[in-house]
Amino acid sequence: MSERVGVYICHCGTNIAGVVNVEEVAHWSGELPEVAIARDYKFMCSSLGQDLIEKDIKELGLTRVVVAACSPHMHEKTFRGSAQRAGLNPFLVEMANIRELDAWATDDKEAATQKAKAMIRGAIERVLFHEPLEMITVTINPNTLIVGGGIAGITAALELANAGYHVYLVEREPSIGGHMAQLDKTFPTLDCAACILTPRMVDVGQHPNITLLAYSEVEAVEGYVGNFTVTVRKKASYVNEELCTGCGICEEKCPKKVVDQVFEAGIGTRKAVYRPFPQAVPKYPVIDRENCIYFQKGKCKACQIFCPTNAIDFEQQDRMIQFEVGNIIVATGYDPFDATRIPHYGFGRLPNVITSVQFERMVNASGPTGGRILLKDGTPPKSVGIIHCVGSRDENYNEYCSRVCCMYSLKFAHLVRERLPDAEVYNFYIDIRASGKRYEEFYHRVMMEGVNMIRGRVAEVTDVARTADEEGKLIIQVYDTLLGEQRRIPVDMVILSVGVQPRKDARQVAQLFGLGCDFAGFFTERHPKLDPLLTMVEGIYIAGACQGPMAIPETVAQGAGAAARVAGMIGQGTVVMEPIKAHIDPEQCSGCRICNNLCPYKAIVYHEDRKISEVISALCQGCGTCVAACPSAAITGAHFTRRQLMAQVEGILWDVRQAMEVEASA
Amino acid sequence: MSATYEPVIVGFLCNWCSYRAADLAGTARLHYAPNMRPIRVMCSGRVEPDLVLKAFREGADGVLIAGCHPGECHYIEGNLKTLRRYVLLKRLIRQMGIEPERLQLVWASASEGTVLAEAVNRMTEQLRALGPLRWRQTVLGGDGRPAAAAGAPKVEAVAAPMTEEA
Repeated sequence: MSERVGVYICHCGTNIAGVVNVEEVAHWSGELPEVAIARDYKFMCSSLGQDLIEKDIKELGLTRVVVAACSPHMHEKTFRGSAQRAGLNPFLVEMANIRELDAWATDDKEAATQKAKAMIRGAIERVLFHEPLEMITVTINPNTLIVGGGIAGITAALELANAGYHVYLVEREPSIGGHMAQLDKTFPTLDCAACILTPRMVDVGQHPNITLLAYSEVEAVEGYVGNFTVTVRKKASYVNEELCTGCGICEEKCPKKVVDQVFEAGIGTRKAVYRPFPQAVPKYPVIDRENCIYFQKGKCKACQIFCPTNAIDFEQQDRMIQFEVGNIIVATGYDPFDATRIPHYGFGRLPNVITSVQFERMVNASGPTGGRILLKDGTPPKSVGIIHCVGSRDENYNEYCSRVCCMYSLKFAHLVRERLPDAEVYNFYIDIRASGKRYEEFYHRVMMEGVNMIRGRVAEVTDVARTADEEGKLIIQVYDTLLGEQRRIPVDMVILSVGVQPRKDARQVAQLFGLGCDFAGFFTERHPKLDPLLTMVEGIYIAGACQGPMAIPETVAQGAGAAARVAGMIGQGTVVMEPIKAHIDPEQCSGCRICNNLCPYKAIVYHEDRKISEVISALCQGCGTCVAACPSAAITGAHFTRRQLMAQVEGILWDVRQAMEVEASA
Repeated sequence: MSATYEPVIVGFLCNWCSYRAADLAGTARLHYAPNMRPIRVMCSGRVEPDLVLKAFREGADGVLIAGCHPGECHYIEGNLKTLRRYVLLKRLIRQMGIEPERLQLVWASASEGTVLAEAVNRMTEQLRALGPLRWRQTVLGGDGRPAAAAGAPKVEAVAAPMTEEA
């Protein structure tokens, strides 16, 4: 092998040179075979430092470059650029990170110098086996898929559509609106959720740049950034949208009442043909096959008989729709915590224990009780207990804080005081977390309204009375940590402030899009601080509570932020990708198929006819898991080949190898 | 070299979590044992058993594989493949007569510089106590022939020369 390697050791001011003996390392490097030149310089990344490298490449005919400096995440791009300007393929450059991983991690100068030599030797041995590679440029399709029609998805869709880009908005339920559509008032300003949400829903429905696919689910996603092919299942609604005017006569005439577990959270009813709520967008109802008398018993058809436009179509089938997009925003939201998981709070067993979602519907003027707060027997409660942190901040359920419950619990307290001025309200809290804009002020306002605040986690809610006062009441057993004593508070109604948790099918959705999930099951962002919207998959963004608990303002900000990121990508037009991909040598492949199921991106196909596997380059993300697993060594991972890594191992252990040889010959 | 024995550890760090954790440890000036020599791989799933054995054969006293936490892998689940291989590889090296502590796996996210630094410190301490690996004596039995640990089945393939194609 006759490569000519240039080795460049950066002082980084005193960052490296203060610990590593850079002159000695440069001198030592210069003595190594294949090294044509070794230099040390104050700041390699400066234009003068880069000039030095470029000049050497041209004048000394260097064929490989090693830069011993900072992390490749910091300056690999910089030095690849220098090589390219001097006519050397940028992938023939390797960095040795002697700053973050060496000089900054120890003050032992001798050890640091020794480690720097090892890392540089490893880089030299490795770079000898580097191959020239070309970056891959792909064009970006200007269309965007947004999954989830809650306030995050709605915001993102409107931002992009208003910017002139086409959006496909997919919503699982018959209407967009999400959880926000269920709410009555929103904290801390107490403006009505529907009043601020429904105009935006209407905008989505009418926007020429938005294709709204409600009552639909994403079935498959293939491709990569800029070029995704999406398949959506549009579930049969048995209503022909071309003909339906949304008059609502079918709903009126349908004889079948069903308890609405979704929108009304189990405290209200709907018909078998229904829209979740009157302001639904789109306005078309759907027939719930499981509860429709015609579908279950073969007769009825009341809706069809009365429909003035003949829009009911019992023969309708699910339809598959396929389209191309360049970017995807996942905004699938959250599920409320299932309160039946805490049996000692009595939800589902004690009639007047309700969840916060049920209370939202109850207190909502368009809800099942017309906004009246009522017990199961139809009378208003004289006392209400609101239990915070149900399922949150509890290692038995969810360890994290759900962030919104303190504030909505305070809002509930306010609403009870407002609607039932004579009722006593108790809030049972661990801590009050009121850290948002105008939140603390709201907390003070609610306290001034005469709400009882009791600090302590509730042990139990029971209907077993110990005294005459407790007869017929729900008794909340709590250790009051401010008084330092056990208390029993009898109330008529208990509201469980349930937390926010990942959607039940979040992990399936993650798999569909290739996203990561954290321990709880929330989708993971690329960087928790600096890249909260992009996921690990280039071209797929997340917004809103699918990422973690968050309130409406943050959700809206994330939706808009994700849209801005996508607009930026579309504006760029193309994206450059690293050519780090796996390749299977068909001559070497034995067709064992071990790699087939290892690939997390399903990028490896098996050719039944030729009995060999092949990597679909466009889908490969370059992790190298298949490379490591191939028993025939038939798979090569570009820029991380077996030969390159083996050589690096040898180089990085140059000193101990020498010692072993000495020992062996002794 | 100093008189006291200093173990050499080869660290395979995944590009997205653990290498960034190491970067962070440096940026935060967390001082830890300089005994770990890092090799960057895109995913811990890229670490094939051959690489680990190669490191031992070339004189490393220990090998540390570091990846993203389960569920947080940049490549969805490459780290879980690593975990599966790691468990098997531990058994293999034990059969070769190498103490299983010489191969370790740690999950360190990009924000966990301390986790990585502590893992290196802990492992360095353990290896100091174990002493040098001495591949030639331990695995090759001094005369260049494979020698398995007492009672363990003989594993010949390990001593065979590595195939060196790309």
